[in-house]
Amino acid sequence: MAKRIEAVGVTAYYGTFKAIEDITMTIEPRSVTALIGPSGCGKSTFLRSINRMHEVLPGARVEGRLTLDGNDIYERNVDVTAVRRNIGMVFQRPNPFPTMSIFDNVVAGLKLNGVRKKSLLDDAAEKALKSANLWDEVKNRLGKPGAGLSGGQQQRLCIARTIAVQPAVVLMDEPCSALDPISTGAIEDLIFELKNEYTIIIVTHNMQQAARVSDRTAFFSISQTGDPGRLIEHDVTSKIFTNPREKRTEDYITGRFG
Amino acid sequence: MNPPSLPGSTQSAEPPEREQSPWGPERRLPESTPAADAATTRAQEARVPVDLGRRKSLNGEKLFRWLTTGSGAAVLVIIVAIAVFLIAKAIPAIQGDKVNFLTEKTWQVPDRVFGVAALAFGTVYTAVIALIIAVPVALGIALCLSHYAHRTVATTLGFVIDLLAAVPSIVFGLWGREYLIDPVRDLSAWLHKYFGWIPIFGSDGPYGKSILLGSLVLAIMILPIITALSREVFQQTPKMNEEAALALGATKWEMIRTAVLPYGRPGLIAATILGLGRALGETIALAMTLGGTFVISWDVVEVGGNTIAANIANHFGEADDFGRGALIASGLVLFAITLVVNVTARVIIYRRREFRSAL
Repeated sequence: MAKRIEAVGVTAYYGTFKAIEDITMTIEPRSVTALIGPSGCGKSTFLRSINRMHEVLPGARVEGRLTLDGNDIYERNVDVTAVRRNIGMVFQRPNPFPTMSIFDNVVAGLKLNGVRKKSLLDDAAEKALKSANLWDEVKNRLGKPGAGLSGGQQQRLCIARTIAVQPAVVLMDEPCSALDPISTGAIEDLIFELKNEYTIIIVTHNMQQAARVSDRTAFFSISQTGDPGRLIEHDVTSKIFTNPREKRTEDYITGRFG
Repeated sequence: MNPPSLPGSTQSAEPPEREQSPWGPERRLPESTPAADAATTRAQEARVPVDLGRRKSLNGEKLFRWLTTGSGAAVLVIIVAIAVFLIAKAIPAIQGDKVNFLTEKTWQVPDRVFGVAALAFGTVYTAVIALIIAVPVALGIALCLSHYAHRTVATTLGFVIDLLAAVPSIVFGLWGREYLIDPVRDLSAWLHKYFGWIPIFGSDGPYGKSILLGSLVLAIMILPIITALSREVFQQTPKMNEEAALALGATKWEMIRTAVLPYGRPGLIAATILGLGRALGETIALAMTLGGTFVISWDVVEVGGNTIAANIANHFGEADDFGRGALIASGLVLFAITLVVNVTARVIIYRRREFRSAL
């Protein structure tokens, strides 16, 4: 299930503005990789390049090579929707579909894939909600609107919706930044469980979070405003946080900058 | 329907249990200390009178409040005044009618035989046909403007469509009866030839001023309002919901079906009903493009068709006092139809409230 992602010389633009430059890194399957760095350093842009959500914005484009288990996801005849089905994404703010019930939210991706059989949808919804540690809280109100849940529950609902289509990779763009510490803890526990099945890449501003949940950490930074973001250092999390190779990484994680 | 319960509200609703406070029930205020005494004294010394100003008896706040309340009340007064006027003028005419006003189809006021049955049917039927033509087109234009067209194209096209709303209805009527009538004749013949087995295209001619012509003109007239409103609601779809759909592997059309259309549905219904309201009340364009008959027929291509408003426009000039009363009575029926349509729209929109409130 889980797959390896390789980025070679990835550069992303918004129109003429170069947001990230020459990112090269390998992300191993069944691991959690945290992307950290100051605001505007391009970690979210890099994340959105991985499932081709970057190009949704007008004028945005990506150069370089990004592969999923060796398959170039930017090749010309690749189906974008297939890429996104294989590489799911959880967003910064919980975004369940407001007009849909909890159940319909979870199975939205399956329905897009043409799954119509009620029994299949029921099983998939239960499995996804259980994996997202949400089943016990919502099993008696699956028909109620997803937007009626608390922020933390909504985010777990979004995670359930993402993993219901059984992607190989799950991208998370600051998934806890809109949540309280208890909900954050629940999501972090969940990430720890999910890495047994998925490759997880998480963008976070919270360095304790990166240290808690990730196996490897990538530090992004910019030299000054207007410059493209670059990958400064990518290593095992414990090494990044105790004995970083780069001075800039050390400055950032010790709070001297950023 | 219950509003969605706020998470966590059940816990916070319980009164805090005093007995379990960490200090126990016998907790007292801290013993007075020199430091605490000094603080109290300072607080007393500091109690200098503060000028908090006085409430003015007549201020802008109050004035504005009365203005807005007055405006709101004026709407009610106007509606009631119109209803009273219609009823007062209509009663003598209905009493003078030899037949049942609601079930009679013909309009022979000098013989005291008249009724709204055919007119009311024609009003609703013409409007519904116009909606069936206009709504899909308006939806397509609105989606094109909000999600497909390049921004400059969308702005220009949106402007042109708004311009359509500025054309006076008499101009539409003239255009319909002088120009559009010929293509509609051909279209009617074509529809009859290939779809004549469907009763609504059953007539074998002659073709001309028909429900089809009237509805087409009407459809063009209500297109701008439906388009403008639907585009507005489509544009308001939260970006994060669109991205959620795309990230699940939706194509653009699937994204629109998953995120945009469900979000815009209540607005779409409201836009349709507004268009229907305009279609029901449209007068002069229909007076000029419908045949003006007094029969109930589902056939859209035959010469014929009539509506309450068109009939009023056609007959008001020549009517005597009693005849005007009769026309006003038909106006009362139109008023009632419009009311029912609007209430239905409200019910449809509010039924989805459980999901709306979560937005």
